[in-house]
Amino acid sequence: MAFDKMELRDIEVWDGNFAAAQALRQCQVDVVAAYPITPSTPIVEGYAKFQANNYVEGEFVMVESEHAAMSSCIGAAAAGGRVATATSSQGFALMVETLYQASGMRLPIILNVVNRALAAPLNVNGDHSDMYLGRDSGWIQLDAYCPQDAYDLNFIAFKVAEDHGIRLPCMIHQDGFMTSHTAQGVATLADDAAYNFVGNFQPMNDMLDFEHPVTHGVQTEEDWHFEHKARQHNDLMTKVIPKIQAAFDDFEKLSGRKYNLVEKYDIDDADIAVVCMGTSVETAREVATEMRAKGIKAGVIGIRVIRPFPFMQMQEALKGLKAIATLDRSAPGGAAGMLFNEIAGSMYNLETRPMISGKIYGLGGRDLTKAHLVELFTELQANVDAGKITTPLQQFVGVRGPKLSFL
Amino acid sequence: MSEMKKIKNLKEFSTSADRFEGANLLCPGCAHSIIVREVLNATNDDLVLSASTGCLEVCTAVYPYTSWDASWIHIGFENGSTAVAGAESMYKALLKKGRLKQPERNPKFVSFAGDGASYDIGFQWISGCMERGHNIMHVVLDNEVYANTGGQRSSSTPIGGSNTTTPAGTHSYGEKKNKKDMVSIMASHHIPYAAQVAPNKWKDMVKKIQHGFSVDGPVFINAVSPCTTEWKFDPKDTMMLTDLSTDSLVFPLYEIIEGRELNITYRPKNVVPVEEYLAAQGRFKHLFKDQYKYLIKEWQDRVDANWAYLNRREEARV
Repeated sequence: MAFDKMELRDIEVWDGNFAAAQALRQCQVDVVAAYPITPSTPIVEGYAKFQANNYVEGEFVMVESEHAAMSSCIGAAAAGGRVATATSSQGFALMVETLYQASGMRLPIILNVVNRALAAPLNVNGDHSDMYLGRDSGWIQLDAYCPQDAYDLNFIAFKVAEDHGIRLPCMIHQDGFMTSHTAQGVATLADDAAYNFVGNFQPMNDMLDFEHPVTHGVQTEEDWHFEHKARQHNDLMTKVIPKIQAAFDDFEKLSGRKYNLVEKYDIDDADIAVVCMGTSVETAREVATEMRAKGIKAGVIGIRVIRPFPFMQMQEALKGLKAIATLDRSAPGGAAGMLFNEIAGSMYNLETRPMISGKIYGLGGRDLTKAHLVELFTELQANVDAGKITTPLQQFVGVRGPKLSFL
Repeated sequence: MSEMKKIKNLKEFSTSADRFEGANLLCPGCAHSIIVREVLNATNDDLVLSASTGCLEVCTAVYPYTSWDASWIHIGFENGSTAVAGAESMYKALLKKGRLKQPERNPKFVSFAGDGASYDIGFQWISGCMERGHNIMHVVLDNEVYANTGGQRSSSTPIGGSNTTTPAGTHSYGEKKNKKDMVSIMASHHIPYAAQVAPNKWKDMVKKIQHGFSVDGPVFINAVSPCTTEWKFDPKDTMMLTDLSTDSLVFPLYEIIEGRELNITYRPKNVVPVEEYLAAQGRFKHLFKDQYKYLIKEWQDRVDANWAYLNRREEARV
């Protein structure tokens, strides 16, 4: 081996960024093309340091913009090898054009997205605006709640995305600063075990196979475009979910850590629940447990797989509940909120379904406190007791000034 | 190092194996296909190609067909250069890791783009590729207009041309701004090789392409590509127009080594007046009306000044 392996302790103290960088190192990515942006910069810096010290053998290309980073990743992936990058916020926004191109060309690229607000007003802190901007881009999208998840989900991502039955790019989202810059204990995999889990990259339609020239990125108009998009969507909905489940199962065997398509916490006998993503899942779980001690049957549904949205599993999780609230961490810009809509849509045809209200929280890095969640669970219980929604349908959590709502 | 392909004459050149098929949707008389074939025929090595969105791309890769018998990629309008640079990075990675399927091959990485995709929207991406030193060649198919979308001006469009976004009229002579000097800008990245070529001077062109393939690092080629549709001339006259472009010195042929040494590679025996070049094209028809005739003299003065400038640089070896 031309590069050096790294001896890791069983548990390292890493933040989400470094955990992601370590996972990329262990997967022995062939080309990382990147452009730094807060708060994902340390992923790129960490990887650069690995290269400077001979811990990675692949190419590391610092390009002139995020658009060029993803363009370069697309060229590299089409050439035939393992490819990854990282970004946030404005950089993600600049990448959006190429995100659609990457998925439409069925190229398994891994993108770590350290979620951050979108300007204006300019803001470097965490919310899910960038995540929501890319939600229809045709990428598989996994959500990390903590540095451990950010590490583990990278292995899942490569394994699923590069599968020849899938061949789709995959994002791993983590909360800016709250996950990316918060150091926690992260249980590690040994280099060999991690690499073996992901396996060798198996090229397909690779441009560097000169005996079999390929044409990537063709034109299709009204005669074929629809079929391409429909098939891709169908693959996302029917093939990806079982593949993610299989990867979760394999990963549990390897690490003992269990991930689920829908992360249910105290849901089976719950009356009320919040549905949320990112770091707020852990806070909500803690508060739900405290509510249980007060005799309120509270639970939490964590979104682990944002795309493809696991409709069936979500229906199953929701059907016994009486009242729920969705927590959207992005300004919905004139709608109810992505999570509200997805959840409402997935349960509309259920015979019994919970009442649903929508909350907008945490924009631009505003904290979601335990007190906020206590209030929220209390409100949901009041809805159950009254047999109807007692508050406006959409409310902001923790915003100063007059209460704002339109529904 | 792969062996340089030897080409004796045009007949031999035109009968070498095609990796760009004649079966494509380009307009009759389009110079793009001639330029592309001359570039590809300059080498026997394997090719990894890209096209930015534009005439070449939409006319050669319409699903389920392809005109390319070589690895080819299109992503978008602005990033064809970076697509090939990404593939080149993967090549280097797999070479290091010993995972190339045909490690003995010597692939060439070439990006084709129009002037809009190079001078305008793709400018930053090309500059990035040049600065980073990728082993790629970027070839501009310079027809001085957004031809694929119906003739809008680009920053390569010359003064006085009538285009759909800068039309000539009773109160306008059309495009008001001078063409961007892209070759100089790219040469200023101090890349190993930058050159202007024309498909009529095929020996000069092949020599430059072959030199470009032989150097280590990025290469920038600007190829004049007369556009029968937007320059408005008869499709049978493409080569005549190309002759006029080079022999009037509107498109002088030269090269710049390492950004520091300029050589003029073609000196027409009989320099043609710029007026003849303009008169052969419908896009300049209005310049021959009395009110705009002064522009023809300005055109000639500008071309003369540029030629003098190139000569001064060549003499001074800068």
